[in-house]
Amino acid sequence: MSGADEPIVLGIETSCDETGVGIVRGHTLLADTIASSMEEHARFGGVVPEVASRAHLEAMTPTVESALAKAGLRFSDIDAVAVTAGPGLAGALLVGVAAAKAYAMGLGVPLYGVNHLAAHVAVDQLEHGPLPKPAIALLVSGGHSSLLLVPDVARDVVSLGSTVDDAAGEAFDKVARVLGLPFPGGPHIDRAAREGSGTAVAFPRGKYDDGTLDFSFSGLKTAVARWVEARAAAGESVPMNDVAASFQEAVVDVLTRKALQACARHGVEDLLIGGGVAANSRLRALAQERCDAAGVRLRVPRPGLCTDNGAMVAALGSELVAAGAEPSTLEIPADSSLPITTIHV
Amino acid sequence: MLAESTTIDARRHGELLAPAIERVLREAGATLRDLTAIVAGTGPGPYTGLRVGLMTATALAATAGVPAFGVCTLDALAYAARTPGPFLVATDARRKEVFWARYGDRETRLDGPRVDRPHDLPGDLPVVGAGGRLYADIVGPGRVEGPEHPSAGALAALAAGHLAALTDEEAAEIARVPEGRVDSVEKARELGVLGPPRPIYLRRPDAQVPGAPKKVTA
Ligand SMILES: Nc1ncnc2c1ncn2[C@@H]1O[C@H](COP(=O)(O)OP(=O)(O)OP(=O)(O)O)[C@@H](O)[C@H]1O
Ligand SMILES: [Mg+2]
Repeated sequence: MSGADEPIVLGIETSCDETGVGIVRGHTLLADTIASSMEEHARFGGVVPEVASRAHLEAMTPTVESALAKAGLRFSDIDAVAVTAGPGLAGALLVGVAAAKAYAMGLGVPLYGVNHLAAHVAVDQLEHGPLPKPAIALLVSGGHSSLLLVPDVARDVVSLGSTVDDAAGEAFDKVARVLGLPFPGGPHIDRAAREGSGTAVAFPRGKYDDGTLDFSFSGLKTAVARWVEARAAAGESVPMNDVAASFQEAVVDVLTRKALQACARHGVEDLLIGGGVAANSRLRALAQERCDAAGVRLRVPRPGLCTDNGAMVAALGSELVAAGAEPSTLEIPADSSLPITTIHV
Repeated sequence: MLAESTTIDARRHGELLAPAIERVLREAGATLRDLTAIVAGTGPGPYTGLRVGLMTATALAATAGVPAFGVCTLDALAYAARTPGPFLVATDARRKEVFWARYGDRETRLDGPRVDRPHDLPGDLPVVGAGGRLYADIVGPGRVEGPEHPSAGALAALAAGHLAALTDEEAAEIARVPEGRVDSVEKARELGVLGPPRPIYLRRPDAQVPGAPKKVTA
């Protein structure tokens, strides 16, 4: 199904520091508007939940209005409202869920409370069309690192493995701090690493050969800190670009290795990478290299759709509408630890 | 008053509010299209609940094409007070503090809203609201007055009286979402009874600027 008769879905995302509003028709992106409170968090070295919640309330109405304006639509054109119901920061989620309920109730259209992680998977369809069934998804963000088997993003998502300690993005942020780079550290490490060598320091790769599809990044983070401290204690300068590149290489080596193991084990020929860390240039390059070698097709959304946004929520909402999923009630709670297996509530 | 619904459960506003609005509209035999304005309490009060109320009011109003207003939650309590005045209104601010304001009568706020320790409440005026009952040992049991909790009915009735006195242009001007936040006493006071639908927080978010990263080697 495609074309002007498809339902128009408004998506609202407030699980962390970004107030995201997206509008899609089927698999077509009509608007994707974001207000971020990151500047207010940066000096705290991490997202402060109360600051994020306050900012969502301030930003919601203007962000929805500018998304409608960008799409050239009015409220009365909206056929369904989708919202991130979890996982994420409880107080932040609650603002988005309250807004979505009110918009759905006020417009008399169905509401879909959706899973943020499944939305990170569904968003790729806006760029690369329908997701092959099944696909393997590697989800790597500030709060999550998971390998998923996705028979159908609207109906069935199976967890194959996840991090046992830090998320990949969290490791990037913590190592950036050790190197004196600003928060969030991912993009800074990515940039510094381009000037350094990924083989300069042999940092440990956690759970590399353990046979599971789980990850561990906390040992790596500690190893980098220890290495940097030893250099500093010896009065030597720290080769920042080499450390960044070698750390990054260790992370993306494990991520891509296990992602391709997942494809091989489940006989799946399509790999999708999503979440904020999917914006990493070395991850994209190494994944492409290894997928080519293994005969696996790789899909990675453009960086703007990898980090949190409203379009991904609208995309999953649109998928649920097309699949005839039961809408959510106005009683749904925000669930900060919603499991990935619950695609909508 | 056409219909009212109240549930006291500070942790479940997000789940209870939207269904309660549907129920109240049904009971009143009204639809959203019949409303001339939507009003929500701006606090001070627990932040999560405030945001649910104000977000809901603002979003509903946007779809219905009507203005959304904020009314200080302590004003709604004062309006429902059983004592004629003068009196204080105090609610639980947690952390051994109260949110409070001083009133000349049920519709006239003279001071506040503020957040302070119950010891620091002024004078010997009656204290309306849960803050008085909670700290009865400090303010003196003889000063404690009802009601304990603000009601949406009192909020709507108070706002309706003030709205009736405004022209459409004046109402639109007040409801317009201003730049900046209503997080200072001065701003809240200058806005009068009907204000924009913005929370009155009175406290900054808890957050600490971190020092240098902790060493992993001893
Ligand atoms: N180019 C990059 N290289 C590595 N990491 C990056 C890059 N760009 C962003 N990141 C990381 O991505 C994370 C943010 O991603 P995203 O917005 O998806 O996550 P989140 O919302 O914090 O977490 P979650 O989606 O799990 O709730 C941060 O940790 C950030 O450092
Ligand atoms: Mg995310």
